[in-house]
Formats: sequence, structure tokens, C-alpha cells
Amino acid sequence: MKDELETGGVSRRTLMVSLGGGAAVTTAMTLVPGLSLAGEAEVQAIIDQMAEGTPVDGGVELDLPEIAENGNTVPVTVTVDAPMTADSYVKTVMVMADGNPQAEVARFNFTPACGTASASTRMRLAGTQTIIAAAQMNDGSTMVGRKLVKVTIGGCGG
Amino acid sequence: MAKIRPRVKAPKKAAMGEIIEIKTLINHAMESGQRKDSGGNTIPRQIINRFVVTLNGREVFSTDLFPSVSANPYVAFFLKAEESGDLTFTWHDDDGSVYEDTKSIEVA
Repeated sequence: MKDELETGGVSRRTLMVSLGGGAAVTTAMTLVPGLSLAGEAEVQAIIDQMAEGTPVDGGVELDLPEIAENGNTVPVTVTVDAPMTADSYVKTVMVMADGNPQAEVARFNFTPACGTASASTRMRLAGTQTIIAAAQMNDGSTMVGRKLVKVTIGGCGG
Repeated sequence: MAKIRPRVKAPKKAAMGEIIEIKTLINHAMESGQRKDSGGNTIPRQIINRFVVTLNGREVFSTDLFPSVSANPYVAFFLKAEESGDLTFTWHDDDGSVYEDTKSIEVA
């Protein structure tokens, strides 16, 4: 039941690409020979664990290339639209990739001293997939942003 | 592995209240634990798992890294210039090694 709901967010193209590649990423339980992928369910589990209350969509911007030619190093910048004061600030931002063997990519831990909740890194992507960033404020409320990135050559295994 | 050398790009001076960007890079293979060698054996995971930045001994920013972070991990972030002092950057390796770099910043 849950899977059916969650795959609702996956575009037909993403689904077809995954299926075409022999990797049906409908559930995290699907085992592909040699490589099991994280899947939407694992991402959701991490968000649920972080969030106090219901996570809200929006407020988190992901800056990613639309098409990444090389999945070995894909630049990513995450920016949260929130004040950074001692009373109200972004505490952590978890960047996740649902089509990688492990969903977590990086967790940025901010403090009010940062001035702005924005950070960048470079990541490996196994294939075309959605990048998810969940930002948690100091009061526990959580915002989620998503962006699809197309990967020409995957950056896993080898 | 080549000698590990951290690199940090941070302004030496900043105006009070200015938001400055700090860019960091360290050469490291970030072996994911997913790859296999020619004999079919899994190459054990060895990554930098944590990166911490302190200003005058107080933690201002940190990052937990997972195997999906690319080799030679790059992390960039911002700081609001509010006090002069020493910025210390530490990278923690899976094998227990710690790599460190320091930059001083003058806030006027």
C-alpha cells in the first residue's frame, strides 16, 4: 500500500528508465544482482525519523545540474530559505539520493554563526534519480525539497 | 595512497557582519565499500566520515559524510563574520586518522 502511494511522486520517465536498466526501484526491498538501491521508502524513513510533526514540502532549494554527464562527481548546493538567528535557525540538512545503494549522501550541521543555511559538496550518483534534501529547524519542524537529476554515466561500482 | 593534504580557501579579512564563503577540499579516495577488485573481492570501505569546523574552539559547522560523497571531498559553506580568531578544520577518516588545517581570520 505504502509503495503505491510513494511511487506516485516518481515520473513515468524515471520509472521506465529504472525498469529499462533492469533495476526496478519500486521498493527498497528489491534486490538487484550486485547492487541494491535505497529507494523512496528508505528516504521517507530517514525523513520521518528526523521530523517532529509533519514534514512540509518547499523552502529547501537544491541547485543541481539538470543533466550530469559524469555520475562520479555531481555538484550539489542546498540552500534553505530560513533565518539564522539564535532563536530560529536551520540545525541540520540531510541530502539523500534515492537511486544510490545507500540513501544518505551528506548531513550538514549548521549553527546560527553560519549566517545563511547553504552548503555545497560533490556526490556520486549511480544513475538518473531524485535528490532529496530534508532541512530541520532548531524547533524540530522539517522542510523537504526534491529535484530530479539525469545521469549519463553512473558513478558506482567499477 | 598519496599524502593527504587538506586545502581551505577562506578570506583573511572580513567586515563585521559580512557573510563569507569558505571552501574546503581534501584529497582522499573515499572508497565506498561497493567496489570489487579484479578478484571479485569487495574493497573495504574507507571514507572521511566527518568534517568539523571550529572558531576559537567553538563548533560553527560540521558535515557527516556518507559513501556517496565523491572522491576528494569538497565542502563549501558560509559563516557570518562576528569575531576574529582561528578557524580549525578537521577531517575524520574511517581508519581513525585525523587531518587538520587552520586559518586565521580578522574581523574589522
